[in-house]
This record gives sequence, C-alpha cells and structure tokens, in this order.
Amino acid sequence: MSNKQEAGQQKSYLSQRVRDLAPSGIRKFFDIIYTMDDVVSLGVGEPDFVTPWRIREAAIYSLEKGYTMYTSNFGLLELRQGISRYLNERYDLSYDPANQVIVTVGASQAIDLAMRAILDPGDEVIIPEPTYVSYVPCVSLSGGIPVTVPTHMENSFRVQPADIEARITPRTKAILMGYPNNPTGAVMPRAEMEQIADIARCHDLIVVSDEIYERLVYGVEHICFASLPGMAERTIHVGGFSKSYAMTGWRIGYACSSPEIIEAIMKVHQYTMMCAPTQGQMAAIEALRSGDGPVEEMREEYNRRRHLMVAGLNRLGLSCLEPQGAFYTFPSIKGLDMSSDEFAERLLMEERVALVPGSAFGPSGEGHVRCCYAVSTEEIEEALERMGRFVGNLKGGR
Amino acid sequence: MMKDILKILEQNAKATPEEISEMTGHTPEEVRETIAQAERDRAIVKYKTIINWDRAGVGAQEVMALVELRVTPQRDVGFDGVAKRIARFPEVRSLQLMSGDFDLSVLLVGPTMQEVASFVAMKLAALEEVQGTTTHFLLKRFKEDGVILDGEEVAKRLPLTP
Repeated sequence: MSNKQEAGQQKSYLSQRVRDLAPSGIRKFFDIIYTMDDVVSLGVGEPDFVTPWRIREAAIYSLEKGYTMYTSNFGLLELRQGISRYLNERYDLSYDPANQVIVTVGASQAIDLAMRAILDPGDEVIIPEPTYVSYVPCVSLSGGIPVTVPTHMENSFRVQPADIEARITPRTKAILMGYPNNPTGAVMPRAEMEQIADIARCHDLIVVSDEIYERLVYGVEHICFASLPGMAERTIHVGGFSKSYAMTGWRIGYACSSPEIIEAIMKVHQYTMMCAPTQGQMAAIEALRSGDGPVEEMREEYNRRRHLMVAGLNRLGLSCLEPQGAFYTFPSIKGLDMSSDEFAERLLMEERVALVPGSAFGPSGEGHVRCCYAVSTEEIEEALERMGRFVGNLKGGR
Repeated sequence: MMKDILKILEQNAKATPEEISEMTGHTPEEVRETIAQAERDRAIVKYKTIINWDRAGVGAQEVMALVELRVTPQRDVGFDGVAKRIARFPEVRSLQLMSGDFDLSVLLVGPTMQEVASFVAMKLAALEEVQGTTTHFLLKRFKEDGVILDGEEVAKRLPLTP
C-alpha cells in the first residue's frame, strides 16, 4: 500500500478538466447489453453495410505493395486532391489541396483539432442541442466554454438563427454545428443557413460545420455551409468517409479551411497524431474513385427503412417527425411520464431493445429517444413489435 | 414509384404491398396496382427463390453445363430463329447472344452428366444452323443473382455507439 493511501488522502491524479466532463450517457446500457442475448439494437451510430469490396480490395492491394509508412502530416496528396475535386464538383468550393485540406483520424479528430486550433481559454462556442456527444467535451477540453442552444420538435429540431444571436457575447468565438444532425436527423434549409451566415459575418465568428452525414439526405438539398457566399474563409468544413461509404472503422475524415487555419490544425495534428492511418487513406482514395454508385444504393436502402421506422413509431403513439437526413429518428416519449433514461433502461430490460436516451445528447434531448434505422428491415420490424408491447403495457398501467 | 417498388421486390419477392407501402410512402392500393401493372407488362417476369442445393440436404443435385454455340445466322431473322427454337427446350435454363468467339451461350440443366452430354449431342449440335459446340460442366457455384451463396458478410458492430 502506498503512503498516500495509508494517509487516507482523497487526492486524484486526474485533471480537473477531465473530472468535470460529463459521463457518457450510454455507458451503463453497454454493460447491461453484454449480459443479455437476443437484443435488437437501434442504438448504433454507424451503417450496417460492410465497406464496399472495391474499397477494401484497394486497401489490401496497398498492403501487398508495401504502403505501411507514415504519410505527410496533411495526408496523402492524391487523397487531398480527390477531396478537393469532390467538394468542387459537389458544392463548387475551391480548396487548394496543397494547404487547405488536411486528412484526419475521422471527422471526430477534425473537430477536436479545430477546437484546439481556434480556442483560447474562456472563448465561447455556440452549439445547437441535442448535440452529437463529442462537441461539448471537445470545446471544454480545449479550454473553451460550450454554450448550447436548445432546438425543439416544433421547429423540426432546426436551430433558430435568432436563438444563436441571443447567445452571442463578446467572448463568442465560433458556432459548432452538425447537419444533417445526429441524433435528430434534422437538416437545415438554405434560408436559415443564410441567416446564420449573416450572424457569423456580423459578429465575426468562425463556423465549424460537421457535415459527416452530407450524403444522407432524403428528398431535400444538403446545404454545405462553406459554399454560402463569403463563408468559405470563415468556415472549417469537416467531412469524412465513415457514413457515406460505410467506412467507420477506417477512421478517415478531413478538414478544409483557409491556409492559416489548416496550418494551425496541422501543427496540432503533427505533434499529436502525425498522420491518419495510411491504409485508410488508400481506401479513401479508392472510395472517391468508385463514384456515387455504392453511396446512392445505401442511401436508397436507408430511405426505405426510414419510412418503415417513422410509420411504425407513429403507429405506436411515439410521435416522430420524418427526419430528412442521417439515419436516426428522434421520437417523443413525453406522453409516457418517464425520463428517456428510464424508458431506455426499462425497454432494454423488459423487451431487449436497445436505443439511446435523448438525454445523452444534452438536456434538451430529454423526452426523446434516438432510434437508428441503419439496421435490417427484419430488425426494425422486430424492434417495433417489442416496443409496441412495451408501450402497450405502460399505457395499460402495468 | 415503379422503380422504388421493383427495387424492393428484386431483393425480396415476399415483401407484401403493406410492407412496401411503409417503405415507400405510397398507399398499399397504389403499390398493389403498380405491381399488377408491372406483371401485366412483364416487367416483373416471375417470382422465384434462390436455393443453395448444397445446403438443402436433399440428396443428389442437378448437373449444370455452360455450352458455347457457334451458329450460322439465317436470312431475315439472324440469330433469333435458332435462339427461339433452343429456348423452348426445358433443359435450357438461360440463353444469351454473345459477342466474341461464339454466338449463343446456353446454360443447361440435367439430372446427370450423361443426360446433359447427350442433350448437347442429340439436340443442340444436331441443329442445322449450329456449326460447333463447346461444353463446360459447372463444378461449383459461388455467387448467383448477386448473392454470395455461402453467406453474405454481416457488419460486426458494437451494439451501442454515439
């Protein structure tokens, strides 16, 4: 036994910053699921497709050819050129592959790097909520202060530009948003995005726009924030291959911005990560070469499942908007007189259906749960049947 | 609407109009009518099941052979006359006109190798327009109609992720 323990001291070696981070809202469900069989999970946050073979085959070939070394800190030039070309063709953006594109370890790292590159202690970052779980911690870990803006079902979970403006202070440095949204599936229309662009210009803010789900929109247009007039220079555009190409485990994302910001991001990246994995980068080059075919096929499949899930949830009385993007529905459980956490835990224990409580995505997610429809139609039908039984029992006052 | 519905049926012939309705947002009546129309137009040709007979455990399976035919086209009808004639044999599972070294590609099915070989000799090679045949017996099927017979890969995901 160490002297310190003997002395009965409570000292922790952990930093205050890390101790202050909220615990994950899904951790305890994980522990329960692993004690169970026959769980149908709508709690996933990634595609159920395996990466298209053509992409995997290119990565295998790269291994055979001996591509096992570091790449440039910015990432392979050929990949940066591919990303730049893709964004040009799709959104008419002009990023110079030499100094305006950096390949990162997933979009997640791009967000972390962006925050570390732009924030001084005390700088405030406005974040629409419910929010993807890593935004708030990324800001806090960089010494910034997250300022969340609740969004509501009545507004289709779209952030209201006036609500953003109301939270701006002299310390506001940036807006960090992710649309199409995880967990709500919300997509922002052009008019509202243009208003946010006006606010950013007027208050001289940076916008970090996480567009990892850009290819997964249904019947609406995805607005790439950097493509709005005058926004390219004040936007850090974050994208990646995980959701579009079913490549989550490869960990390849990217950030694009002004040369000054990308240089700063690269500076942090080179000291903390060196580069994104080489095989993943080789695979991503092939993904871009392989074109829209596989992406579009997967999107069409998600779309069919989306209809199935939304119709099923509404039939159960769990009122649910038709989400326009990503692969999540965010139904309301407000009529059931219990917290989203209790709902998720009891549903898992009683009917073995896993989903994520809305509160995991911030206080304004309370009253909702996140159901992912990147699962097979058979699993959706099975989950809906079990949920129907569960909700029926609740309403029957069991 | 037609395309959405056919794509679902192409993957799952058992999908009901009600299920298709929920997946597409069209009413079950619209779905039923669209399917009926596609059947009338023969856009939907047939509903069938892909069976992996190796796994069915029901004893000896049929023998398949791919036969390449070199054929003399006929005046006015080209290859169509002989193709229609060959297509009528129930032993012929599929038939295509090809570019390259041969003309017609015939997939034959029979109970034994002898019977398939005899069909080629007696029926196909004996046709007046057929100049020559090359028969390849099929040894193992790995993929059929876009499906890997020994099982598709399943994504190994964690049950919960943010």
